[in-house]
Amino acid sequence: MDMTASLIATTLSAGTPLALAALGLLINEKSGVVNLGAEGMMLMAAVVGFAVALSTGNQWLAFAAGAVTAALLAGALGVLVIWLNTNQYATGLALTLFGAGLSAFIGIDYVGKTLPNFTAWNIPGLSQLPFFGPALFRHHLMVYLTIVLAFGLVWFFDRTRAGLVLRAVGESPESAHALGYPVRRIRLLALMAGGALVGVAGAYLSVIYTPLWVQGMTAGRGWIALALTTFATWRPARVLLGAYLFGGVTMLQFFFQGSGVQVPAQLLSMLPYVATIVVLALMSRNPQWIRLHMPTSIGKPFTPES
Amino acid sequence: MLRLEPRAAPSRLMVWLSPLLALGITVAFGIGIFLAMGKNPWQGLSMFFWEPVKSAYNLSELALKATPLILIGLGLAACYRSNVWNIGAEGQYIVGAICGGGVALLAGEQTSHAIVLPILLAGVLGGMAWAALVALLRDWFNANEILVSLMLVYVAQYLLDDLVYGPWKDPEGYNFPQTRLFADPALLGHLVEGTRLNWGFPLALLAVALVWVFLFRSVRGFALQVGGLAPGAARYAGFSARQSLWTVLLLSGGFAGLAGALDAIGPLQQLTPQVSQGYGFAAIIVAFVGRLNPVGVVLSAVLMAMFYIGGELAQSRLGLPNAMTGVFQGLLLFSLLACDTLIAHRVRLAR
Repeated sequence: MDMTASLIATTLSAGTPLALAALGLLINEKSGVVNLGAEGMMLMAAVVGFAVALSTGNQWLAFAAGAVTAALLAGALGVLVIWLNTNQYATGLALTLFGAGLSAFIGIDYVGKTLPNFTAWNIPGLSQLPFFGPALFRHHLMVYLTIVLAFGLVWFFDRTRAGLVLRAVGESPESAHALGYPVRRIRLLALMAGGALVGVAGAYLSVIYTPLWVQGMTAGRGWIALALTTFATWRPARVLLGAYLFGGVTMLQFFFQGSGVQVPAQLLSMLPYVATIVVLALMSRNPQWIRLHMPTSIGKPFTPES
Repeated sequence: MLRLEPRAAPSRLMVWLSPLLALGITVAFGIGIFLAMGKNPWQGLSMFFWEPVKSAYNLSELALKATPLILIGLGLAACYRSNVWNIGAEGQYIVGAICGGGVALLAGEQTSHAIVLPILLAGVLGGMAWAALVALLRDWFNANEILVSLMLVYVAQYLLDDLVYGPWKDPEGYNFPQTRLFADPALLGHLVEGTRLNWGFPLALLAVALVWVFLFRSVRGFALQVGGLAPGAARYAGFSARQSLWTVLLLSGGFAGLAGALDAIGPLQQLTPQVSQGYGFAAIIVAFVGRLNPVGVVLSAVLMAMFYIGGELAQSRLGLPNAMTGVFQGLLLFSLLACDTLIAHRVRLAR
């Protein structure tokens, strides 16, 4: 396969879990909740998804199991931050630490196990095209579903009543409450729905992308996904773009190694993290720009007056 | 049904009772895990709560483990009090170990015991520099300190990997990723014969006193706490938010770096990729469970050290996975935050 085609193909596949997780976090943040538990939820979904895939041999059941696991964890997070008004940063962090610990605990028996190969979906006709075939049309179905999801979310936020209500809850919970919307329940729903997507991302990593279970295998992708929402100024289509950009950066190290450039592997492995920092700094440089796009009530608890 | 009702004033009793309640929940969950794994829960719990304090030697090991947790937890307590979310102490600890270990390697075999001071200083400066990156990006670029400090953990770990797999690898180490053992004079002497306890622990206790005075008896400490509680009021009073940001980040980075250097020339005696066992993350829990109070940090650091040692013992004696420690740690913080609701609220039976 052509080098460029293979770089594009691996970029799409590496960017998909980032995009899925970041889109989930975007839904969370649009409703006004920051979810620092993403990394832990992803790890839990990864190990549960892997376990289900191993025992049933069905990848879709694995995705569902990952989604449910992460949604339940998001629900627990939601009860604390939405009803008990605990600090969103600290609580999310607690969830990440818990998820990292529990996933390692559960996953011990799965280290070194291998899954059946879930083949990619070769789109009939298109996948036979030279260059474009291998680059774009021989991916796992989830890669295409993620793209559909991103544009679906654009439509959801801009064109549907439910999307508008969700945004209202995030922008001004007081007004949404005054209009009679159940702010807390909507936030919980948004948290769990977004959590489910984070879970699908985790399951994709362990079942399709790697496909292996290794302790701490998400390697900060949950955090990078968090940074992506800022990078994208809370817009779904830009999240997709950002995710592929980061997927490309992750793949660049293999590209370098392949082309024989002499750089230590460890330094290349730093690239995605350094890139996150640089991009975050550049995007945040203008506080007005961020404030203009960020959901106003983000991170702030809301208590309806009774 | 049960209903939460705001208290007229926050309960001072619950402030200290809530961590105990959270510990109770964690232990109950632990018993569940032991039962699920087919182990005797009493035996399991004794690994965590009795074995580490059973003998003088075990106590010295406990203090040794608690030392980095106290130091890092202190710095993080100051950070969180001023609403600066440094969650990358793990990276600052690793860079501290790299810098301290680097000086120790540079000193070579023919060195005197006086080298310990430059080693620790290098550790402090290394940790400070790593935290200064966070402060700089926050201050100049308004970049979120949570994400930046966390990303720098990965960068620090890869930096360490690069060094111990590459230029710093022990040429006689059978190709293992590790540096050579530091020379004897570069190591911290043992405080009590027959134990591994070193000067780090008394140093950490001294730091507790210093941070207490700084936070509760100095204008700068007061200013940063006001900044954390009420940024508007702090601005009105003329307290500089930028100054607070830099102060707490340099403070916590310095402490984390010191902890890294102390561990490098203390129990570790060389650098390997596994320098840290997640102390930087565990210290976040230490800071919260210790109520962001320097004295509380000591108590919670000892508790967290018990989790670490208990996890190791449960692995070697009961065959339970060491990951138990992480489960307990996360659960403790999660239940603590839930229990903290009771500080400002009471539970009422509602009809």
